[in-house]
Amino acid sequence: MHPESESQPQTTDAAPSSSGRFSGWRLLVEGLTGQRGWSRAWAKAAPRPRYRVVIVGGGGHGLASAYYLASRYGITDVAVLEQGPIGLGNVGRNTTIIRSNYFRADNIRFYDYSLKLWEGLEQELNFNAMVSQRGTLNLFHTEAQRDLFTRRANLMRLLGVDAQSVSRESVKALVPLVDLDNGRYPVLGGFLQRRGGTVRHDAVAWGYARAAARAGVDIVEHCEVTGIRREGSRVIGVETTRGPIAADTICLAVAGHSSRLAAMAGLRLPIESHVLQAFVTESIKPVLDVVMTYGAGHFYVSQSNKGGLVYGGGIDGYNTYGQRGTLPMAEEVAAAAVTLMPGLARLKVLRQWGGVMDMSMDGSPIISKTAVQGLILNGGWCYGGFKAIPAGGMTTAHLIARGEPHPLAAHFNLERFAAGRTIDERGAGPFPFAH
Amino acid sequence: MLRIQCPWCGVRDEIEFRYRGDASVVRPAADAGIDAFASYVYERGNQCGWQAEWWLHVGGCRQLLTVERHTLTHEIRSIRGTADEPAQPLDAVR
Repeated sequence: MHPESESQPQTTDAAPSSSGRFSGWRLLVEGLTGQRGWSRAWAKAAPRPRYRVVIVGGGGHGLASAYYLASRYGITDVAVLEQGPIGLGNVGRNTTIIRSNYFRADNIRFYDYSLKLWEGLEQELNFNAMVSQRGTLNLFHTEAQRDLFTRRANLMRLLGVDAQSVSRESVKALVPLVDLDNGRYPVLGGFLQRRGGTVRHDAVAWGYARAAARAGVDIVEHCEVTGIRREGSRVIGVETTRGPIAADTICLAVAGHSSRLAAMAGLRLPIESHVLQAFVTESIKPVLDVVMTYGAGHFYVSQSNKGGLVYGGGIDGYNTYGQRGTLPMAEEVAAAAVTLMPGLARLKVLRQWGGVMDMSMDGSPIISKTAVQGLILNGGWCYGGFKAIPAGGMTTAHLIARGEPHPLAAHFNLERFAAGRTIDERGAGPFPFAH
Repeated sequence: MLRIQCPWCGVRDEIEFRYRGDASVVRPAADAGIDAFASYVYERGNQCGWQAEWWLHVGGCRQLLTVERHTLTHEIRSIRGTADEPAQPLDAVR
């Protein structure tokens, strides 16, 4: 009944029915038979002594890279090593937004490729990731901002990506709670990408892990990498809390901790680790059916399917590896929220959390070979890694399999810094805390 | 909320300060070459542990401080007022 599970090598507790496909029919049958037929979505693999490819980090990018390596590039001798359980890192800590409304052509192409992969992801993975293209709406409050957003919309449309300007009245119609006539920051209009939206992030982790395991990848949880073994200038394997594992290629997909892992191979990266906070309010009836960003302060918000308003702002602003936030930023973000939507002032904040991110020196990610042969880096995602998971995984898999960068991600190389080709969307300079 | 003991102004909240990054980075000699300068501008140790860093007291004395802070616990171990002074333990500051 479930032949796929037999192809999974050396798994410890692979239930025989672990790989059944999900379908409406199966949902109906399980509903009528007491839901007793469901089983593990993926097998808990024990690490083997050697693999062709070891991916360090079982977050969105690591799992997606493994899945596309197996499904698109035919490399199934792959292990994903995750320090804890799948889904508790940044893939489960972001605010679930997807969009491709960038400024630079190379970034628009990359992120729109990701958006296209999101659009077909649930069918591809056979997993309900609740992809919801509800639209992303960026508000502007000055004439200069209007010009900038109009230019951005035009640049996107030139590349065939959807973007439109919307009037004040349309903003009010889309989001009635917005205070258009705020005395200090009146809303002049908005910039809308209809295809943007949200995806349930846990389902992304689970869906990729399940699909990768079905394709033959070992997902090894509770396996922390403690060292990278080298022979001369090339990697030969990793030391882990579950013993040494040999590998021809090692890919680091540990954004937030890329510097620490790279240091094990003797590398210094153009990255600082910073914390970004997010917040959820108590659940209320539907009031917001787009993702909205504020243009006069760093604040963005969407309403989850459970009804809570999920919101966040800027990074706390100084290096940290602490997965928590500090109060000044919590206050600043809340102030922006009630400036834009005064009605939110009466809502209670239910939860707050933080995620540690790789803030790169130009605000753009790194998908690149490194100075150490056989060591590939997927990192530097700043606070934009979630939306890039499908494209990041695909292009990382391409780099691992083919040994050369995917054309859509070639600009994310590490050499760009020394070569003066930084990808600085904001023009903020080499200051991670400024991006 | 960090509480930073400014040697000139006393204990102040972090919102009075502006973070200015890793203070261990040293500008190379003018003839050190492109690699040394690329490393100086872009590469960072990004320690998970004790780090010396610049904080500018913009909302106070406007002096640049060197603060030794733990990047996981956020504990502050020493603060020095100018580049010329040696680091002082916290109980000696004020």
